[in-house]
Amino acid sequence: MSAVAEAPVVATADARKAGSWLLVATVILLSVWVLLPIYLLIVNALSSPEEVTAFPKRFFPSFDFGSLSFFINFAGVGRALWNSVLVATLTMILSIGFGAPAGYALSRFDFPGKGTFRFLVLMTRAFPLPLLALPLAVMFIRTGLDDTAIGLALVHTTLALPFAVLITFSLFSGIPVELEEAAWTLGCTRLQAFRKVILPLALPGIAASAIFAFTISWNEVFAAAVLTIENRTLTAFLLQSLGESPLYLKFAGGAALVIPALIFIFAVRKYLFAMWGIANR
Amino acid sequence: MHGKALPYLLLMPATLFLCVFFLYPFALVAFEAFTRDGGFTLDNFRTMAGNWKFPVAFWNTTLLAAIVVPIQLVTALLMATVVSRLETGRGAALYIFAIPLGISDLAAGLIWLAIFDQSGFLNTLLSNLGLVDRPVMFLGYQSKLTIFIAVVLAEIWRATAIMMVILVAGMGLIPREYHEAAEVFGASPWKRFVKITLPLLRPSLQTAIILRVILAFEVFAVVAALGGTNLPVLMGETYNWQFSLQDRNVAAAFALLILAISVGLTLFFLRALRVPKEARI
Repeated sequence: MSAVAEAPVVATADARKAGSWLLVATVILLSVWVLLPIYLLIVNALSSPEEVTAFPKRFFPSFDFGSLSFFINFAGVGRALWNSVLVATLTMILSIGFGAPAGYALSRFDFPGKGTFRFLVLMTRAFPLPLLALPLAVMFIRTGLDDTAIGLALVHTTLALPFAVLITFSLFSGIPVELEEAAWTLGCTRLQAFRKVILPLALPGIAASAIFAFTISWNEVFAAAVLTIENRTLTAFLLQSLGESPLYLKFAGGAALVIPALIFIFAVRKYLFAMWGIANR
Repeated sequence: MHGKALPYLLLMPATLFLCVFFLYPFALVAFEAFTRDGGFTLDNFRTMAGNWKFPVAFWNTTLLAAIVVPIQLVTALLMATVVSRLETGRGAALYIFAIPLGISDLAAGLIWLAIFDQSGFLNTLLSNLGLVDRPVMFLGYQSKLTIFIAVVLAEIWRATAIMMVILVAGMGLIPREYHEAAEVFGASPWKRFVKITLPLLRPSLQTAIILRVILAFEVFAVVAALGGTNLPVLMGETYNWQFSLQDRNVAAAFALLILAISVGLTLFFLRALRVPKEARI
């Protein structure tokens, strides 16, 4: 009697156990799928130039810095790295400087034209924005912005600004307006209340969206390649030397692009979902 | 400072910026595409369509999008589902799955170059297993199919994360009660997924698909890194016309075509996956 009653219970327990094993196996498999290719690039970057072009390959790095030092000392690389950092920093400042006030306005006020602005911001996502670098190239030549870091940063800001607006909007919406009102009743002006109450609470999130803006610019290839000639960024440099550069230069360059990106994403991981969750509406 | 002007003042920088660097270049690119030497003409489009590479580039891009996006949708759903069921290590799994989000498309191309190159890791593996006698040329000009497969894999690897993040954020919005109720009534996990998760996830699915399809038509650096000029795509041709062939107007025609495809597909998915107002959570 009892055996009959127990059998289904045992069966579901077994099924559950099998289910959780399957779950773990799936997670591991997917993690390997993501991590293995990166690992292989790093192996190449940490091998000597001879090992990179040799066959068959070893699946472990020899920790020879020959490829990396060749890359760093290659003509133009140092400058390209510097340009990448410069453009990304400018993009970060511009997109937060323009985006955060807009995000604050969207979260705190109701006003005619709010819908139109949101539509404008969301519309940017229906367009392949790097293409807009083509007409801007001409405009920049006329205004003297061609081949400058600030010119490229302006284009990268169109990519990063919508994210800055949406993430700061969600940040400020998450901070109760009552806190601000309490500060006003205690005699703060609007600006003081913002600086002393809201800003400290929002700062980590703003930093995350700044890092995200930096990453967008750091990674962008097409506009960078179109708009820079002498002052190439690292992506533009690597793209334009794809044809002639040796394998070990490519892989070391790839690693130089990837490693900072890994750190950036780690730094903003908490905010990724807030960012995209809000982007849904 | 108070009153009605404040929100507009806060929105002004972002709005002006988007007008100058988003709406204006958009108008400019349309203008350039339809003019040559100052007069209105359709010649740029004729030149574009008449080039032998155009149909190849068009079909390559379309085929890539048609193959990559559905696979990514399924993979992203799988990732989001396993993550949402995970009890320990959820944060770690999310970070790992999200890593490619921060990686440049050029770097992704170089990562997969490390695998598919003639002296790369795939050849090493095949030769270690005794499957090939000498390294196979996967990315040569005669092996368009393997180049295509490598690009497909690199694209799936690189851009599934963006869909995953949107879907995870969307799944977080679905009230737990629905799942619990269904479980009480004996619905299997699969049934719960199909009858509850998928329908309620529709807004996020819509965002994810639109975003991803637009990105798919922008494919550029991955192809440049893996195939060079052996696999023409639309963005690559745009770049060629701008640089190698020095014809801005034809490049603008290409840009306008990509823009038109993106906007058309966005409108299509907005309609096809429309969520009625009363059905939103």
